[in-house]
Amino acid sequence: MSAVTTFLARRCGHTKLNITDIITYLYLFFGVVIMFGPILWLVLSSFKTAAEVIKFPPRLLPYRQDTIVVEGYDDPLPLFEVTLDDGSTIKLAQVRRIGLEGQMIDPANPGEIIKVHINDRKPIESVVFGLENYIEGVQSFNFGRYLRNSVVVTVFATILTLLINSMAAFALSKYRFRGRTTIFLIMIGTLMVPLSVVLVPVFLVITKVGWNNNLLGVIVPGAATPTGVFLLRQYMLTIPDELIDAARIDGASEWRIYSQIILPLARPALAVLTIFSVMWRWNDFLWPLIVLSRSEFFTLQVGLNSFQGELNVQWHLILAMTMLTLLPITVVFAFLQRHITTGIATTGLK
Amino acid sequence: MMCPYGKDYLIMSVRSLFLPIKSVGTFINCIFSSILDFFISAFDVVFSILQRWIGIRGMPYVFALPNLLIFGIFILFPMLLNFVYAFTGGIEFFPDRRPWVGTANFEQLLTCEDFIDPNTCYEDLFWRAVFNTSGYVISQVGLMVIISLITALVLNRNIKARGFFRSVYFYPVLLSPIVVALIWKWILQENGLLNGNIAGLGYDKVPFMVNAQWARFWVVIISVWAFMGFYTLILLAGLQSIPSELYEAAKIDGANDWQLFRCITLPLLMPTMLVVLVLSSIRAVQIFDVVFAFTGGGPGTATLYLVQYIYEKGFSSPSKQFGLAAGASLLMAGTLIVLTLIQLLLRREEA
Repeated sequence: MSAVTTFLARRCGHTKLNITDIITYLYLFFGVVIMFGPILWLVLSSFKTAAEVIKFPPRLLPYRQDTIVVEGYDDPLPLFEVTLDDGSTIKLAQVRRIGLEGQMIDPANPGEIIKVHINDRKPIESVVFGLENYIEGVQSFNFGRYLRNSVVVTVFATILTLLINSMAAFALSKYRFRGRTTIFLIMIGTLMVPLSVVLVPVFLVITKVGWNNNLLGVIVPGAATPTGVFLLRQYMLTIPDELIDAARIDGASEWRIYSQIILPLARPALAVLTIFSVMWRWNDFLWPLIVLSRSEFFTLQVGLNSFQGELNVQWHLILAMTMLTLLPITVVFAFLQRHITTGIATTGLK
Repeated sequence: MMCPYGKDYLIMSVRSLFLPIKSVGTFINCIFSSILDFFISAFDVVFSILQRWIGIRGMPYVFALPNLLIFGIFILFPMLLNFVYAFTGGIEFFPDRRPWVGTANFEQLLTCEDFIDPNTCYEDLFWRAVFNTSGYVISQVGLMVIISLITALVLNRNIKARGFFRSVYFYPVLLSPIVVALIWKWILQENGLLNGNIAGLGYDKVPFMVNAQWARFWVVIISVWAFMGFYTLILLAGLQSIPSELYEAAKIDGANDWQLFRCITLPLLMPTMLVVLVLSSIRAVQIFDVVFAFTGGGPGTATLYLVQYIYEKGFSSPSKQFGLAAGASLLMAGTLIVLTLIQLLLRREEA
């Protein structure tokens, strides 16, 4: 036994695992449970039947009762394990329940009805990952519509953000012109004031423009992020001006310089901004909540929130819809996690 | 990367159905870059005409214009307009119909017999929100800094699968506030997982969502759970920028682990810690969406925070008091500006 523990504790080119190492790994393991546990619980719960979801105390895995199709009955009948008077157990299907008594039949011999006290029967269950919640949820929740709105907002807002932010950053980093410092200072100044403190007047502006209940009202206002301009400008400052001068001598137009010299060179910064923009837009809640009041324009987040308000008790549907909302960003993270984590660590913004 | 043009596309698209993923990726890349090429050329025509007309010196304005326009209309102008709302009264939405009331909104917000007790205030809801938010900011930021620091220190050790653990802690940052709120509501509801375990141990169920203190407690825990990965990353970057020679030299001088931490790690990490402190306070002051979906401000007004107060005054309550909402948001903006100035000063010191 001690040989096994020594073997397990052995480390290459290092002394044995000491107490701090053990604490370190315990902490990390505990962290994994705390961080992933709630999400795992959501995943498992989302496959449970409506009856299983409201069961207390809850069970970890999505159990459901086995059923059997018996001749002469339209619906599949639930299966029970019944303890008979002599102590033996058999599998019976329940036809109906009356008070404390279940009317059961033997699937092999459907003609004869056996009356069983409900304390003598135990449901036969197995773990099933059924998709009923997802199907029912998508139908009653208008998931497709919300998903489309969210995708439209995220994609177009990100394209618009990248385009106008990089153009402005190009102007601010590569030209000397009157008003450059003023523009830059105003932008830095507004970095401090988040949109959440100008809700009322922004709503007025959107109303005047006529973008209430219009996805444009969600897409456009947030596109001119000072953060994005700042990030890109700082990066573009590191691109040598000689490249631009050389291109000008070769007769390239300013637009060509921007699109074919600066943009390709600024790719790392653009990638970081893309990731942030997608995250901001996909998860944005307060803004769409204010701009959109008709449900056909809701994004997933607003839709999900109003869904939980309407159907306070229908947890099985809410859980499945939460899963579907969380899935796209999880897939993106799974593929890009290295870029995302290093991007945030180096720029320190979210 | 080279892209085939013309009829080669067709051949590629057919071939990509049978070839491994890599060529599908190439194919998608080619489609994207050809679309991009098309747009670049199309814009080039417009911009070249413009450039001939106004000259190179005018071009930076053209480049900055779209961003400035949107920025001006949707950020700068509303900020100024906020003052108009804050100094006018009534329930009219359009500013030209709102009567000038001077500082009445602020007086209404700030009138209190006893500032310790929100019940004595004229606008008691506002003061409840202020108190709730202060309590939340202090406890959340404190807990956040401690937990992210410990996690960053642990992740900075010589451990296996560091990338995996880093991602695990970071993953909740990406989740939307609504999803986070629903995940936890599901765990904490009366018949949820946590109460199931408590009942399994033979204790009574705890009304986590109904009891004011518990609701506040869980709001803090949930926000720390959701955002700590972000601050951990920043602190980890700070830790990794500390030169290892310092530790080696101190070890030769006979310093123990605690001395290394107290005399090297902590002082050198201080600038990053302060950035984390300020960033997380700025965020905490603006807490809204997680709580809105989690408790909706309740029970009662136990988790009503400032942004939700503004939202309710301006948008969801039947009598819309835009003046109060704007006044409250100006007061909040003042707090945020102070916090940001502190951060800028610290950044300058650091540089």
